[in-house]
Amino acid sequence: MELKPLHIVNAQLVDAETPRAGSLLVIDGRIAALDPTETPEGSEIVDAKGQWLAPGIIDLGVFATDKPAFHFGGITRAALMPDAGPLDDPGLVERAAKGGKPDLWVHPLAAATKGLAGRELAEIGLMKSAGARAIATGRTRIADSGVMRRVLAYAASLGLVTIIHAEDEGLTAGAVATDGEMATRLGLASAPAIAEAMAIARDLALVEETGAPVHFRQVTTARGLDLIRAAKAKGLPVLCGITPAHLFLSDTAIGDFRTFARLSPPLRSEDDRQACLAAVADGTIDVLSSGHDPRGPEDKRLPFAEALPGMAGAETLLALGLNLVRDGHVSPGRLFDMLAATPACLLGLDAGRLAVGKDADLILIDDGTPWQVDAKKMAAYAGNTPFDGMPVQGRATAMWKGGMRVR
Amino acid sequence: MTSATTRPASDYPPGGDAFRHRHLIGIAQLTPWEISYVLDAAEQWVELNRSGAAKHDDRLAGLTIINAFFENSTRTLLSFEIAGKRLGADVVNMHAAQSSVKKGETLIDTAMTLNAMRADAMVIRHASSGAVQLIADKVDCPVLNAGDGRHEHPTQALLDALTIRRRLGRVEGLTIAICGDVLHSRVARSNILALTLLGNEVRIVAPPTLTPPAVDRMHVTTFTDMDEGLKDADVVMMLRLQNERMDGAYLPSAREYHAFYGLTPKRLEKAKPDAIVMHPGPMNRGVEIDSNVADHPTRSTITEQVEMGVAVRMACLDILTRRKRGVPGWN
Repeated sequence: MELKPLHIVNAQLVDAETPRAGSLLVIDGRIAALDPTETPEGSEIVDAKGQWLAPGIIDLGVFATDKPAFHFGGITRAALMPDAGPLDDPGLVERAAKGGKPDLWVHPLAAATKGLAGRELAEIGLMKSAGARAIATGRTRIADSGVMRRVLAYAASLGLVTIIHAEDEGLTAGAVATDGEMATRLGLASAPAIAEAMAIARDLALVEETGAPVHFRQVTTARGLDLIRAAKAKGLPVLCGITPAHLFLSDTAIGDFRTFARLSPPLRSEDDRQACLAAVADGTIDVLSSGHDPRGPEDKRLPFAEALPGMAGAETLLALGLNLVRDGHVSPGRLFDMLAATPACLLGLDAGRLAVGKDADLILIDDGTPWQVDAKKMAAYAGNTPFDGMPVQGRATAMWKGGMRVR
Repeated sequence: MTSATTRPASDYPPGGDAFRHRHLIGIAQLTPWEISYVLDAAEQWVELNRSGAAKHDDRLAGLTIINAFFENSTRTLLSFEIAGKRLGADVVNMHAAQSSVKKGETLIDTAMTLNAMRADAMVIRHASSGAVQLIADKVDCPVLNAGDGRHEHPTQALLDALTIRRRLGRVEGLTIAICGDVLHSRVARSNILALTLLGNEVRIVAPPTLTPPAVDRMHVTTFTDMDEGLKDADVVMMLRLQNERMDGAYLPSAREYHAFYGLTPKRLEKAKPDAIVMHPGPMNRGVEIDSNVADHPTRSTITEQVEMGVAVRMACLDILTRRKRGVPGWN
């Protein structure tokens, strides 16, 4: 399809710490110029009316390809976790990679081990050839340290980052909450928060030894973040991420047995939540993602311990990210580093920033309009949000994928 | 005979304000006066139950009570069944083992089925914490929690409080040691809530592997040394140790548990000379409690607890169906 050049004018460009007035020119699906002095003939002109123009969100680690939710949330690319399938075969990876095109690009994360069972290496190289941009351990970690070491070294030799879930399975067996007053009052089986730090400590030792780059998809405790901070100071190739749930909710949210707040890892204490906010502010946390995992009543309308973990997060990711800006934890520029630039870098994508030559994956953001999260009116195919009823501000009002208008 | 501590009805808010709950899910939702309101109401049923041949009151005549037990139980089910029948209700029991729950029907679907049968009250036991609340949110009739997972077992805490009050003349300002597998015990959680709410000093005596995390936040003190924990206690409340806890995961063995946490006559000497010994049953004699303590004629309250159980459950069924029955002031 022939695309006319696109000139978005009167925008606040999110290409530095704070948005600045400017315009952006797209030619052939790529960003051709920032603040061009002249526009090619026949260009389509879009007046942003002073809204933010930002890179499309690259959602690192979702569990379902849920296009309506992603489009609502300003997400132009999603890295799909390998759990459904599981994605341990080049054919499956190839099919997943085609899943959303053209208006949503899905980047499959290959299963690190066959069947995600944590025992035998999956065909990581062939899956890379089929379109995998990184590998992942899935919803659990690889328990066997020997297997994990081989996975890391092998993936690194192929230039792939290993995306890790960090929980010690011995401590978390059977647990559905974090140790604390809330779990005890509700009578829920719980695990100590150090289950996360213990898993991180092991994998950091393996990173130090193999030199393999890793990304801890969710780090949610003060002790876990301390380990990451120290590893970064040492110069280890380590990134980590988080979802808004662990930044805005503590374990009090599971009161009344609210299964929408049953997550993996489980919600933590208020002290840990504060540590997560501090780690976002000081740069320890690199990536903010939705963890999008829509689940219907068959998985959620159950007693708490029998419900499956996960939340539908794609639609609330941007608004809750903007909360971090309003609360003074991050600048707008840094927010979009966490939402787009860093995920793009990790996945080796030529996108994620407003810079000449990058794919024109763009969103316009009205950063001020208030709206209310409503589990019953979500675009996602299930409304399992722990933020139901929460008033938020800001949403994507327009979206382009590769210069093509999506909404 | 009513207890000396029974208050006159005029001490309570009028009508339904004395107990402002549609369901009885847990002690956590109750106020101290609501607890004592139930205990006072139970006194008359103790009297009736002891009154020889005519142990009957027909105030629930025509009402259908479904006892839906998704987890095995003998004594609690029987206790609720007798309570309902003594009040004249039609009582139906549903055991999970015989129901479509085994065929994969979801809990909510089962609850909606029972609801469609127009029960006037449901008594529910389930192995999962929060399951009873989940059902209560979906059905049109009062729901009584007969035990959900490790969460709550409110009628047990109420019957224990009534037993203590009748034995010691009060259930406030006492030192009460709750001993054993607190981690997995809904009886312990409900009792901690009720007894602290009523103004007692509650102690937890348990091995560290069976002490719930952060339980001190529930206003109790924790002990791992039983002799220390029992010191000068007015009440020693033992908990049942499930067999599957003794296989090495939480405890090395039954005999080691008995050696350190079993209630022996010698250990009981640490408590006050007139301290009472309680157990929710069924007991593992020789594991958490010695037979000569369990059978002690003056100090053991174990059979009395069973008796109070029927009275307390009659009180709860009566109170929670008052709106339905159009009792004046309860709307």
